[in-house]
Amino acid sequence: MLELAKRLTEAFGVSGFEEEIRAAIREEIAGTVDEIRVDVLGNLVAFRRGTGGGRRVMLAAHMDQIGLMVTHIEEKGYMRFAPVGGIYPLTCWGKQVRFTDGTVGTVGLDGRARRDEAPALKDMFIDVGATSRAEVKQKVGDVATFIYPFVAQGNAWFASNHDDRAGCIVLAQLLRDLKGVAIAHDLYVVFTTQEEVGLRGATTSAYAIEPEIGIALDVTLTGDLPYATPAMEVALGKGVAIKVQDSGMISHTGLNRLLIAAAQAAGIPYQLEVLHAGTTDARNIQIARAGVPATCLSIPCRHVHTPSQLVDRRDVEAAIALLKAFLAGPIALA
Amino acid sequence: MADLRAVLEKLSNEFGPSSHEKAVRGLIRAEIEGLVDRLEVDALGNLIAFKAGFGPEPRLKLMVSAHMDEVGFMVLHIEKNGMLLFSRVGGVDSRMLLAKRVVVGDGRIPGVIGLKPPHLTSDNEADRVPDIEDLAIDIGAEDDKAAGAKVKVGDYGTFATRFTVLSEDPAWPIVRGKAFDDRAGCTALIGLLAERYPVDLYAVFTVQEEVGLRGARVAAYRVAPDAAIALEGTVCDDTPKAPDEDVSPVTRLGAGPAITLMDRSLVSHPGMVRLLQEAAAAEGIAIQYKQPALGGTDSGAIHLTRGGVPAVTVAVPCRYIHSPASILNLNDLSNTVRLVAAALRRVESKDLGRETP
Repeated sequence: MLELAKRLTEAFGVSGFEEEIRAAIREEIAGTVDEIRVDVLGNLVAFRRGTGGGRRVMLAAHMDQIGLMVTHIEEKGYMRFAPVGGIYPLTCWGKQVRFTDGTVGTVGLDGRARRDEAPALKDMFIDVGATSRAEVKQKVGDVATFIYPFVAQGNAWFASNHDDRAGCIVLAQLLRDLKGVAIAHDLYVVFTTQEEVGLRGATTSAYAIEPEIGIALDVTLTGDLPYATPAMEVALGKGVAIKVQDSGMISHTGLNRLLIAAAQAAGIPYQLEVLHAGTTDARNIQIARAGVPATCLSIPCRHVHTPSQLVDRRDVEAAIALLKAFLAGPIALA
Repeated sequence: MADLRAVLEKLSNEFGPSSHEKAVRGLIRAEIEGLVDRLEVDALGNLIAFKAGFGPEPRLKLMVSAHMDEVGFMVLHIEKNGMLLFSRVGGVDSRMLLAKRVVVGDGRIPGVIGLKPPHLTSDNEADRVPDIEDLAIDIGAEDDKAAGAKVKVGDYGTFATRFTVLSEDPAWPIVRGKAFDDRAGCTALIGLLAERYPVDLYAVFTVQEEVGLRGARVAAYRVAPDAAIALEGTVCDDTPKAPDEDVSPVTRLGAGPAITLMDRSLVSHPGMVRLLQEAAAAEGIAIQYKQPALGGTDSGAIHLTRGGVPAVTVAVPCRYIHSPASILNLNDLSNTVRLVAAALRRVESKDLGRETP
């Protein structure tokens, strides 16, 4: 799984520009599913036929990560940019970014900004080492993001985009583990696009699939940081988090009961998650068509939406184990 | 082009704040009735016109849309003295309101957003923009009873600007008017209907874009298109900047149709962007890209319809958008028609996939 984690966290994929990560996932799950297709929004939809008598289950993890889009190229070759998704300006200055073609640049801060205050994005620029506009290969509309090498340090996994490559790792590894395993349910494993700009890929893929059960795999914040506010129970390394509620969704209580029962029966570490701000693909899966029983399994993640995010290998493994345990049995919602 | 100007003049002068698009719809209907095969008005008030393609079946189904509604006001309360307190409909900047002529209600009652004369204004007051709560529309009524005979709470209003030609120069034809967002798009869409295309064309004149892309959402669900293009009037801020500022305007007047790559509602479908680029190159039409990440259009709602729709937005640059008086270049308008017509002639199913060809 380490190799998989390294590959998926080092592949490029900003909202709307998921080609590279999509190709990587497609290769990594080759041979594990019955059908695979790419839809209009760029979602990678992998279908695994069940043995019969089960439910149509949609599992979703988003491939996109937040990034920067070039809006203007100055005479001197500096590129101004707009955020794609929820970029904290605080995290940008001095960071290295990569464009789709591999070009790297540094985010610089111009002379208008004070060095001792949180800067604004409008005072920043991407510097690719050019000395004039003519030297810059990039065009307005090109995207860049923070991608650093994956590091495994004991159980701690560092990457710049665990949101939501951690979810992608879970689903890709799940498909590999399920190869040859008999499961009653039809599984639609969807690697979605454009989550960070409005849950868009999940919206259209859930409509097309019309699932009977929907589960998103995403990261969540943790309450184990110094002075964490508001209070949050979820902690790194304490197991997969079963979402009760976030600011966009209240999870289906019957579905959560089944997941909790499966975790308890199999001795899989889990925690219950109440997230105050933010939501996931599960929200738009839940309200697709006439409604879908939906929830989210979250990987606790420190430093979400910063260039160095941290998850615990054991939580990733717990998520995979819980999905396997849950999918092994019938899904009877009360 | 003279035709486009005449259509734009009619549409711009007409009254049509979000949800009160009826008069605009009537004008458009009259313009296009002879040009399309079928017309219907849906539950929200969208005007959906169908023009069958001449290509072999199965034909692609393209939805090209433009919104009929404009930003405006709504009457909230009639004061004892006959003044009308009001709120905004859509994005109207408070600084745009002061001392503007408006019309209100079905009777198109003329009025003005009043302001104290300078003689009565302290220096302190003169330096700040009053809150909208402190402004009122004066229709010249003696008291609440007289005002109530002409307008009622819930009536809508718009700016009262009349369309004016500022430059007749064919190389730089400039007009001024209100509601170019999105009567410019409506005009372009009417212009597109002069021709029949290989594809089935649904020309959809939508409602309530300015309050949340509402008409487009349901119209796209009904039409279920294979691909969509929204036609817009968009922000143009090419007016002078500070000399040392190295910035791009959102769009430039006269620099051609502006293609959206990404805004707050949409990342444009790469195949649709490519289609427009190729059409522009083939026809020798200059295009520009709208500065990314700003605003949102009907495409935002349309592309998320059902299982997803490849979508893009093409816009006519309009200076002073959402104000009582916008300015546009008629060449940008006619080139928008040429560009989208060329795209409709060229579009193939290979343009609508996701995998890079």
